[in-house]
Amino acid sequence: MTWPGILVASAACYALKLAGLSLPQRWLQNPRVQRTVPLIPIALLAALVATQTFATGQHLVLDVRAAALAVAVVAVILRAPFLVVIVLAAATAALLRLL
Amino acid sequence: MFTGASQFALVGVVGAGGSIWAGALAAGLLGSRNTLYGLRLSTLLAVRGWRRALASQFVIDETTAMAIARDDPLSGRFAFWATGVVLFVFWNTGTLIGALATHALSNPKVLGLDAAPPAAFLALLAPRLRAREPLALAIAAAVVAIAVLPFVPAGVPLLIVAVLVALFGAFRR
Repeated sequence: MTWPGILVASAACYALKLAGLSLPQRWLQNPRVQRTVPLIPIALLAALVATQTFATGQHLVLDVRAAALAVAVVAVILRAPFLVVIVLAAATAALLRLL
Repeated sequence: MFTGASQFALVGVVGAGGSIWAGALAAGLLGSRNTLYGLRLSTLLAVRGWRRALASQFVIDETTAMAIARDDPLSGRFAFWATGVVLFVFWNTGTLIGALATHALSNPKVLGLDAAPPAAFLALLAPRLRAREPLALAIAAAVVAIAVLPFVPAGVPLLIVAVLVALFGAFRR
């Protein structure tokens, strides 16, 4: 069932882009839509950060990923580039596991 | 699928044991912002037919930012297509290398690779948090996701957060 899901998700992501270039401007100029849509990625990305750091499956856990996230937070505050943030976080987790 | 946050979200949900459909829904929700980007770009790009079909695939955070930052339409259009083509090639090459290379890893945890996705999501999120309200929203979303996580299947916390933020956006003044 993995590939059908990936294909459907890919088609949906493409259709959302095509809709933006194709739909009449006024359809999407509803102030509520304009206000709400930018909030969705903020909320979902924050939820992903939290669940991918503090959980394994359905269990809440506190492990080296939390320390890695703290390093990543410092890196983004210092406006480090995307890849640097990721490498620093992974390196932190790897080093702490070695100790 | 050429929109990084959605790609990561799908992989994240499935990797945490969630269903592929919960992952697909999360990916679609994260991709909804590209509709608004397309709306902003449609006048600038003025594309029809097969050019519109092609341009659509390139409507993402980076191309939109590069295109609308130009002063005249011509360089805006150039910035859109150049950023789109370059990112498309490198991003998908990277995805392919990643997909092939991880088969060679016996235990990704040794390299700290399980700490990489949250850092990637954080790096995607950070530029959107330069004001107080988005920061408060992000913290609230993280708290809700953690609070419901032990009680629902993997991937569902994301969908709960999505519904709540949609309601918040629709009903606040």
